Formats: sequence, C-alpha cells, structure tokens
Amino acid sequence: VSPKDASASTAPKIRFREPQIEMAHGAGGIASRRLIEGLFVPLLSSGPLQPLGDAAHLRLNGNLIAITTDSFVVKPLRFPGGSIGELAVNGTVNDLAVSGAKAEALVTTFVLEAGLATSVLQAEIEAMASAAAKAGVRIVGGDTKVVEHGKADSMYISTTGIGSPLAGLEINAASVRPGDKILVSGPIGDHGITILLARGELDLEADLFSDTRSLLPFIETISQVAGPSIRWMRDPTRGGVATSLNELARDCGLGIVLREDAIPVRNEVRGACELLGLDPLHIANEGQFLAVVAAESADTILSALQKMTGGEQACLIGEVQEQPAGAVLITTQYGGTRIIDMLVGDPLPRIC
Amino acid sequence: MKFVDEFRDPELIHKTAEEIQRLADPARHYRLMEVCGGHTHAIYRFGLKDILPSNIELIHGPGCPVCVLPMGRIDDGLSIAQNSNVIFTAFGDMMRVPGTHGSPLEHKARGMDVRIVYSPADAIKLAKANPEKHVMFFAIGFETTAPSTALVLQRAKKENLRNFSIFCNHVTIIPAIRAILDSPDMRIDGFIGPGHVSTVIGCRPYEWIAKNERKPIVVSGFEPLDLLQSIVMLLRQLRAGESRVENQYKRVVPWEGNIAALRAMSDVFELRPYFEWRGLGFISQSALRLSEEYAEWDSERLFAIPGIRVTDPKAAQCGEVLKGVLKPAQCKLFGNECTPEHPIGALMVSSEGSCAAYYNYEHRKAALLTSLGASA
Repeated sequence: VSPKDASASTAPKIRFREPQIEMAHGAGGIASRRLIEGLFVPLLSSGPLQPLGDAAHLRLNGNLIAITTDSFVVKPLRFPGGSIGELAVNGTVNDLAVSGAKAEALVTTFVLEAGLATSVLQAEIEAMASAAAKAGVRIVGGDTKVVEHGKADSMYISTTGIGSPLAGLEINAASVRPGDKILVSGPIGDHGITILLARGELDLEADLFSDTRSLLPFIETISQVAGPSIRWMRDPTRGGVATSLNELARDCGLGIVLREDAIPVRNEVRGACELLGLDPLHIANEGQFLAVVAAESADTILSALQKMTGGEQACLIGEVQEQPAGAVLITTQYGGTRIIDMLVGDPLPRIC
Repeated sequence: MKFVDEFRDPELIHKTAEEIQRLADPARHYRLMEVCGGHTHAIYRFGLKDILPSNIELIHGPGCPVCVLPMGRIDDGLSIAQNSNVIFTAFGDMMRVPGTHGSPLEHKARGMDVRIVYSPADAIKLAKANPEKHVMFFAIGFETTAPSTALVLQRAKKENLRNFSIFCNHVTIIPAIRAILDSPDMRIDGFIGPGHVSTVIGCRPYEWIAKNERKPIVVSGFEPLDLLQSIVMLLRQLRAGESRVENQYKRVVPWEGNIAALRAMSDVFELRPYFEWRGLGFISQSALRLSEEYAEWDSERLFAIPGIRVTDPKAAQCGEVLKGVLKPAQCKLFGNECTPEHPIGALMVSSEGSCAAYYNYEHRKAALLTSLGASA
C-alpha cells in the first residue's frame, strides 16, 4: 500500500466492485485482500495508509500500544491438538507477537447458537483460560450474544488484544533489504491439514496435530538476542506461507526467493497435499511464524530458536533478492523455478 | 514418502536431463504433446521446462476435463439445482468453473445447496442422509473418473436409491486425440500419453496413433522423473525413426487396462452420438451418457434440461492452442481480456488448463525475468 497524502482527496476510492461476498473473500488470499483494500480501507482508514500488518501500533497519551482483533469460526470446534477456544487466545496473542508486541490483555465476544450444549461452551471457556494462562495474558472483559438455532455454526469467538511493544524490535516491511534471510519457526501446514482431516469428509487419517501455540516466547527470545536485525515477521495463518510472503514481496517491492528442499513439511502433510492436489505453502498454520532477518544475524537467531523446546525445526528457507521484484519465486531441487502466488479462493482439492 | 521421493531424486533427474540433452538433435525442433492436464500441472509445478533443452517444446493437450466442458453444460447442471429440493454435488475442480451466471461456488453464496464431494460415493452418503432431498452429482472426467461414477450407479440401482442422480459429462480421450491429429494445421512429433486414463483403458487404444499416424506415444507417470524418462523414450524413438506405443508407467498401468473398471463402464454407460468440447467443437462418439437401464438415475432424463449452448467468443483461439498451433500467449485475448480470475476461453478455467498454467507460472515469470534483464 503506497502512502498517500490524506489531505489530497477526502472522497474514499472504493475499488471493490464484486456484487456479493463469497467464501473466497474470507480465505485470506487474494480475494480477501481485494475486499479489505478495496472496501474497508477506503471507508474506514484515516490519514496516510500503512502496510496492512497483523496489529496496529499507536501512541496513546504518550505510550505506544499495539492492538489487534480476530474472529474464529473453525469447524469442528475441537480437533487434534487444539480447539476453537485455544485458537481464539493464541491467534490474537500471535498477531500481537509478530507485530513486535507482548499481549497484555484480551477482551472476547462469543456468538452462540441457541441449542448449544453448556458442556461444549464450558469446555471452550476452560480452553481459553488455560491458553491465556500459558501465554501470560489476562482476559479482562467480554460480551455474549445468542442467535437462533440454525443461524450460526455452534459458536463463533472473537478476541481483541492490546499489547505493549517489545523493546528493540521494529517490524516494518520497508526495512527489508536484498540479502536478508527468511526463516520459518517449524514445519508448515499442520493446522490446515489437521482441520481438513478432522472434518471427516475425506476418509483419510494421519497422526497429525494442530500446531496452535503462543509464539510469544520464541519472539521474546529472538528479540533479546538480535532484535534490531529482525526486519519483518508474520504468522502465516489463512492463505499460508505463500500468501504472507507475497504480501511481503508487494509491500517491500523486492523478490522473495525460496529453496523448496529447505522448507520443513511433515511427511503426513506432504502426503495429504499430494493426494488432494494442494500446496503446503497455501495451507494455514496457527503456531509458526516467518521472519526476515539481516544476513549477519541469521545464524544467531536460528540457533537461539533451535535451542528452545518447540523451535528445534526452525530453519532458513530462502532470501530476499532484488528480483523478481514484488514476487515469490521458488527453486525446485532440480534447478527449475516457479512463481508462488497468493492463494486464490479457498484451497479446493483437485480430483481429476 | 514412498513411491514419490524415488521419482524426485535430484541426482537421477539431472542424469536424465543430461540424457535428454544428448539425445536431442540440436538442428531439430521437437514438439511433444502431453495429453493429460495432470502432466501439464506437474511440468509447471516442478519447473521442468527450465531443465529441458530449448528445442524441446511441450504442448499442452486436451486432457483437462474441466477445460473442455462447454459452459452450457454447467448452466444446465445449475439449472437443475435451481429447484430448492436438489443438492448439487461435484468435485472441488468444478466449483470455480464459471457458468453464464457464475460458478457453482457463486451460486452457493447466493443460497443454492452446493456441496463439494471427494468421490461420487460421498454423494450417495449424502442422499441417504437427506431422504427428503434429491442429490445430483455433476460427473466430469475422462476414463479416470468414469469407473467410480459407474460403480456408484450400480450401487444406487442395487439399493434402489431413488433420490440420487448423475448429470453425466464424462468424455473419452481417444476421440480428442484423433480430432487433434485430424486437424490440418497439426504439428506434433510425439505424445506423452495420459497416465491415469491408461490405468483404466490400458495401452492398446493408442496403437493406431503409432501405426496409422506414425507418431510415437509413451504413457507416462506424473513425477518429474517419470516425465523426463518418457521424453527420453520419445527422443529415442524419434532418433531411430520409430513410432511405437511404450509404457513408462508400468508400476501402475497394465497394458490391457483395468478389466473390472471397463466392465462396470460398459454396463452403465453408452456412447453419445456426439458431444461438444470447448475449444474443439463437436466430436462424434466422444462422450458417455447413462444407458437405458440406468435411466432412472439420469439427471438429464429426470429433469427438464434447457440445453443451453454458449459459444466461446470468436476472438478466443482455444482450438489453436489445444492443437499446438499457437502458444497460449499468442492468443489475442491472453492476459488482457482472458485471465484466470476472469476466464473467457476454456483453457484459462482450471489450473490444469494450458493457458491458466502458462499464465500462472510462465507468463509472470517471463515478465519478471524480462524486468530482471532490463535492470541488470
């Protein structure tokens, strides 16, 4: 998003011309981006446009705070490795963490469908409490709405978090330079494939768990060892690594070049993706982050991560280059290359 | 991962690429058609074009079932599902394919009951779970997917399942290859034969290509090493002046095909006298419909079908691209009026379509590399 002079024109420029909202507009890929940039941003934002990050950082009475919000509509509510309540806490904590902030407090909204069993609700509130305790964040308020039976899918949860910026970290796509290294905190695609399998529509089984967790400890650690070398971070949720890195490429105007054989993907995830014709780079994660770091600090940051429990599989997957400007290129193990695009719509399995 | 990693071994791939380099006559230009959309997808995904000599040109064939389906058939299928009692089911591949008034997914967003299934057997499950509804399965695909449709129909008949039907759009690969070979402007030196289709039909049906048309054909698997090895086999034949049917994909494809699958198909289907293919026009005896015995499960007989025909715009040169006469980027509409997000021609529709694949991978890459050259 290029900065604009806010005073130049007061009339918002609505560029979103699609007649109705499709599922694709919520999938986190290119359609989501069109909706946000074409309709929400022109009508809601004031002042110069900033790159759309995971959380907003603002100054309030002289203090810098970070704020973000997220909604959770996952189905099924519980899945191997986690549940909607756990996601609702970790998702918001992580959005703050990758923006360079420590979550201090959350408020939450529950939209409940009439007929929901109390035991199901209680289990999710307990999951939230335990995830919040683990992440070291307080839940300080909330709201509950109930809609008619059939008007919502059991329950939706929304959480809003405020955080305080971590010292020494400045996350900004514009600071990314050619030669910087790209690292990922661990294997990709676990969450998305776990959910796909947990829906039970595929008759596929795998020993696979959602990766949902708080990323804060990892980010606190690397900000302590080499904070000023960390240029950019993102948790690649919907739309996957491909979408996050395409957004980065666009925001910094440089090329992102990945090595396919360096990207960690569990065999179970690879297998499911092979069968379904999906690309692990487009699959959602809930407990991994991408970071662009200065080349000279890459090894320090990597070894700090690898020493942590849950960070053992962190690795470097590529680097930033001048070209191809604004795009993500992957080199295959055989010396071939291909462009990696943002996700278009929901990832749909290819059958024939 | 077993049966995958062996066929992606970088060292073997480099060796095979060197073999191709050695076999290809530098004074000659080779035009090889991969018939199957799955091959097109794999070629781009693994970046195989980058490791082939520049005088080997791969031409993407008609084997993308979504691409060759006329828009009118999608309109017809969706018109059945306008009835609020009907649940429209299809593979994920179909969901973003545009009809005149939008894709199945867009109809779903407007309230139509559209569901993705992973197998026609899932559609039967859905029918049993919703006895008050009628479940229609929008069947597409070559001989690869036709047997699973056939088995499901046999089951529906056996169990006398009354709220289930098939809207049949199955097509057969041989007439499409024949149409391409019959075209006067055809310029192809050899074929990479479709792997999945051949697991069902075997290798015999290709013999006329080798005997009568004097073109070599190698039935190929879908991993990078499979494709490169098939190219080696084609080059060897071309070098020796031979034209034979060879089977590179022996680990999966029996020479005689899958007899049980063929039997199920002949029980359930009959050939349509003719069927329209997007980009190729009407081809006689190129598609399947349900036989009289399965009429009660045939959506086309159960429902009034408008029989919509939507002609592709004249400017779209899909046929020429399919036959290898034009490259995707040489079509007048390519990349400006016709893009993956707003496809006009058939081949821009699915990720396996040659124009969409070219647009997604090559076109952008070419543009980026040009800018790379300019800035260097």
